[in-house]
Amino acid sequence: MRPDLSAYWQLTRAGFRKQANYRLAMLAGLTTNVVFGFIRAAILFAAVAAAGGELSGYDQDGISAYVWLSQGLLGAVELGFAPSEIGDRIKNGDIAIDFTRPVDVQATYLAADLGRAAYTFIPRGLPSVLVGALTVGLTMPETALPYLLGVVSIVLAVTVSFLCRYAVNVLGFWLVETRGVRSLYGVTATFLAGLYVPVHIFPGWLSALAHATPFPSILQSPIDVLSGRVTGWDSVQLLVIQAFWVLVIGALGRVLTTAGRRKLEVQGG
Amino acid sequence: MSQHATALRDGAIGPIVEVHDLTREFVVRRKSARMRASGRPVASRRRLLRERSTVTAVDAMTFTVRPGEAVGYIGANGAGKSTTIKMLTGILVPTAGSVRTCGLDPLTSRRELARRIGVVFGQRSQLWWDLPLRESFAILAAIHRLGPDEARGRTAELVEQLEMAETLDTPVRQLSLGQRMRAEIAAALLHSPELLILDEPTIGLDVLSKQRLREFLIHERATRGTTLLLTTHDMGDIERLCDRVLVVDRGALAYDGTLAGLGATVGAQRVLVVDLAEPTGDLTDIPGAVHLGSEGDGLRQRLAFDPESTTAAAVLAGVSDVCEVRDLSVEEPDIEDVVRRIYQSRRR
Repeated sequence: MRPDLSAYWQLTRAGFRKQANYRLAMLAGLTTNVVFGFIRAAILFAAVAAAGGELSGYDQDGISAYVWLSQGLLGAVELGFAPSEIGDRIKNGDIAIDFTRPVDVQATYLAADLGRAAYTFIPRGLPSVLVGALTVGLTMPETALPYLLGVVSIVLAVTVSFLCRYAVNVLGFWLVETRGVRSLYGVTATFLAGLYVPVHIFPGWLSALAHATPFPSILQSPIDVLSGRVTGWDSVQLLVIQAFWVLVIGALGRVLTTAGRRKLEVQGG
Repeated sequence: MSQHATALRDGAIGPIVEVHDLTREFVVRRKSARMRASGRPVASRRRLLRERSTVTAVDAMTFTVRPGEAVGYIGANGAGKSTTIKMLTGILVPTAGSVRTCGLDPLTSRRELARRIGVVFGQRSQLWWDLPLRESFAILAAIHRLGPDEARGRTAELVEQLEMAETLDTPVRQLSLGQRMRAEIAAALLHSPELLILDEPTIGLDVLSKQRLREFLIHERATRGTTLLLTTHDMGDIERLCDRVLVVDRGALAYDGTLAGLGATVGAQRVLVVDLAEPTGDLTDIPGAVHLGSEGDGLRQRLAFDPESTTAAAVLAGVSDVCEVRDLSVEEPDIEDVVRRIYQSRRR
């Protein structure tokens, strides 16, 4: 097994370095992140103020932490209109190359995506949070544990997000064009993950709906762990739920890949 | 592993490729002519107006390849070449029939098979587009579980033989087509596969690049005994590289044998082109040869002959009896021409 791990590690490094080629895009991403951070902070500050200084357990500094952490994680977990590398490769037939390698296709792409996310986090994620902390201020925990658990939670969040996008993309084995499904996924996932407003502010029925999906595990969970909104055993529980979704969505992607291979008609000769 | 490979090459174990009644169908959906003519599709009727038809890309194909052979797999576009290759490598699922590559079922043993074969698709890249070439080799070495020494040694060997030293630090997207194709071949050979499958490896390459690639493949085959299976539209590839030719026509095997035999089967003729010292009338009476045409008042004339029944020397001697020859050349049968003749004879 060890040599295979070395293969996936190489793929992760390749994903990291590949992303490092797009420095200007990173800068543009950072700027967008920060601008939207200010807009979202202004709106949610007003909401908290209108609610009398506290809204579903968020005070102004708390909601600020939520806003800036979500802006910081956004690039790494790749919410929104998901890119479609695998879908594109199914469509143009390059997926054939992936099947000629002695490695698992889903794991190959996951490894590369973890590398991509790691790079995204450095020039785009961390500075976003820093800008928020220096300008509007935010509350962060003062002990090490939430950060430690937070890192695990981020890795799990990136993994859940990747596996969801992978499952959506391999629908391309059946659909020639996945754009419709992907944008539907983007809108649903972004909302239920808690990007527009925290999942904790959702009315009961919507919150229940959100928690029946993997989406809160992509954004709300790592934010809750990192910001110290949940602590101790509750944090561990969130990580367990994230791990649960990794297994479920991961298995779904594998089933779809296996079924899709039977369906595959390599396009373009 | 390497012992196993050697055993395979010695022929101790069965064929390296074994295909029996292999069939692959594709379902094609297209809008019917009726709808296109009206130009006003009704959304609810759209489904009804789609025609579903089944196209048989590969039709009950049967052949085997023995270890160490070099097989050219030729045929027109859409004849079923790539589809066959994709079933041999476990990319496509056959509709019917059986296929075994390196003794394995390519579908259920896809990953194990991938360690033992190398595949190059001339129109697709297996390299990491944004990264320096060197890194693609490093990643592939890890994927194929090569030890550090093995990876270093094999990479160095391939880099030297394929003259890639200056391009190692260039991002793949900046390589020229010729450079990239050499890199693709190296990438497919990094793990020293028993079987190398090349799908149009020389497509788009200039004469010199083709030449270098072929020389390398000949060398690789001679030193390692690698089995070669390649599809191509290039006569030179077949002539230089292959000792056996499979011609596929509409998904079925139309010919299986040597290249010379292929020419003989369809009566492919060679053409003697002679440049004469002075304008001469059409050379229609040369024994064993057929006059094809003349240029420049008969200064250059083209004579076809069948290599099975006469020789170029005999035809030349016949010409020399009539007039003085200043220069000459012999044209080989064109592969497309040979394939076309095979197709025609099958359809008659």
